[in-house]
Amino acid sequence: MTGKSVNAIIDEFGLVSASKIPPLGSYLKQTWQRRDFIIELARARSTAEYSDSMLGRVWQLLTPLLNAAIYFFIFGILLGTKKGIENYTTFLVAGVFVFNFMQVSVTLAASALPRNLLLIQAIHFPKLVLPLAVVVQQIQQYFVSLAVLIVIVLLTGEPVTLMWLAMPVVLILQILFTTGLGLIFARWGANSRDINQLLPFFTRSWRYVSGVFFSITVFTATFAEWISTVLLLNPGAVYIDLVRDSLMTSQTNEPIIWIMGVFWAFLFFLVGLIYFHRGERKYVN
Amino acid sequence: MSTDKIPTVVVDDLHVRYKLIRGARAGSAAGALLSLLSGKSPGQLIQSVHAVKGVSLTAYAGDTIGLVGRNGSGKSSLLKAIAGLLQPSQGDVYTASQATLLGVNGALNKAVSGNRNITIGGLAMGMSRAEVEEIRPGVIEFSDLAEFIDLPMGTYSTGMQARLRFSIAAARQHEILLVDETLSTGDTEFQERSQTKIRSLANSAGTVFLVAHSQTMIREVCNRAIWLDQGVIKLDGETAEVLDAYEADIQEKKAARDEGN
Repeated sequence: MTGKSVNAIIDEFGLVSASKIPPLGSYLKQTWQRRDFIIELARARSTAEYSDSMLGRVWQLLTPLLNAAIYFFIFGILLGTKKGIENYTTFLVAGVFVFNFMQVSVTLAASALPRNLLLIQAIHFPKLVLPLAVVVQQIQQYFVSLAVLIVIVLLTGEPVTLMWLAMPVVLILQILFTTGLGLIFARWGANSRDINQLLPFFTRSWRYVSGVFFSITVFTATFAEWISTVLLLNPGAVYIDLVRDSLMTSQTNEPIIWIMGVFWAFLFFLVGLIYFHRGERKYVN
Repeated sequence: MSTDKIPTVVVDDLHVRYKLIRGARAGSAAGALLSLLSGKSPGQLIQSVHAVKGVSLTAYAGDTIGLVGRNGSGKSSLLKAIAGLLQPSQGDVYTASQATLLGVNGALNKAVSGNRNITIGGLAMGMSRAEVEEIRPGVIEFSDLAEFIDLPMGTYSTGMQARLRFSIAAARQHEILLVDETLSTGDTEFQERSQTKIRSLANSAGTVFLVAHSQTMIREVCNRAIWLDQGVIKLDGETAEVLDAYEADIQEKKAARDEGN
């Protein structure tokens, strides 16, 4: 050392700590500067995912279709869950697609950092891009699923109404919520592989209480009212119901569902962002 | 040291500790449950390593610094901490700009092609798409991997991976470049080209830290050397002086070992 104190040198030459977390503002700015990187990671993942199969990207279309067919066969025909629901096919397919987007995004976000260890160990960049790339890739998949849904909606005789205009808003809210929840799991999953063992139980339970293949109102008619309320207001059920409400004339929601849709979106997005940012330096060791 | 030099890296009482997961614990599920109840991690054997123990140094623009020391002396951990890829457990590192580390891990994403890795690497370092396209031909040419560039990177040898990674990073001016053994994995011809590249980077007022198996290379390229021993700096000074002392020490230890036999 030159005799000058470390602090004096740092100040004089504007050196920056390599280990302190940058403030949220500049962290988000760095992430925004790497938006092309986020898109590239999402694309690379899609390429890697489909390059091994002969049908390739056809699976993007086949997977949601097969899912819908299986659920329709089991819950609609074998178990007869459709009691009391008009246009059960659309009701079910909407539930399956809307929920799958959240489930797959959150599951993949939980392993986003361990899966990209080579990249993390090689280059310094805001780690926020990794879970965001997962969500971007899933949004692309979700849009393919939604196109299938629209076809089913029209085939089952639903009219095109003004409510369809609500869809973009519903999707933005749902994406904000999913990103936030994904960021929380991404931080948990970064340092603990145990999360990935537990996650399937969480998402499965969540699926069963979110009315993917049954009507919560009909199903809980004989239960205490608070059970029905809790189920109806959980984010999973909220976003499924908002999509159904927008595309099906037989489904209408109380205004509270819309309010909750906005509430969950901003709450989870903000909490997830702040929580993930606070852990930034924990992702490297 | 003169005061007109511009410091680019300040390492201040740096300590690095990290946990090594030494594989799964042997035994039964019941045993694992018992150890969980007694407060131990049932799944993993974890060992804590104190790799860097209080290192302080200042590097200046135009410095090319060779790091020498035995395996496990903390050279790689020091470089990773400077690059922000390891979190210090105590002390800190301050840099004039983000340091770029070239390590033995060449591939960024093994599932996609070398070409795509150029894109990923460039974008991760903060380049725009246009900038990546600008450097791409040069990177492919420098790495000499044109015929393999569309193959998945998982099919590359370690040497080929390191070559591509070095070429991506070298395509751009870096204020601070950290090189960790990368060059030793390429072939002789590539080593020569990369040495030339490192010299030109150092000449263009950058700061280069170099860890290499070859002490000849450090003598040729570096103006300063630091000898690390068990996580602390043993000697820091002119390359010739430090390397002579280091080599003498190796000879001495070797002689002592031979005597013991």
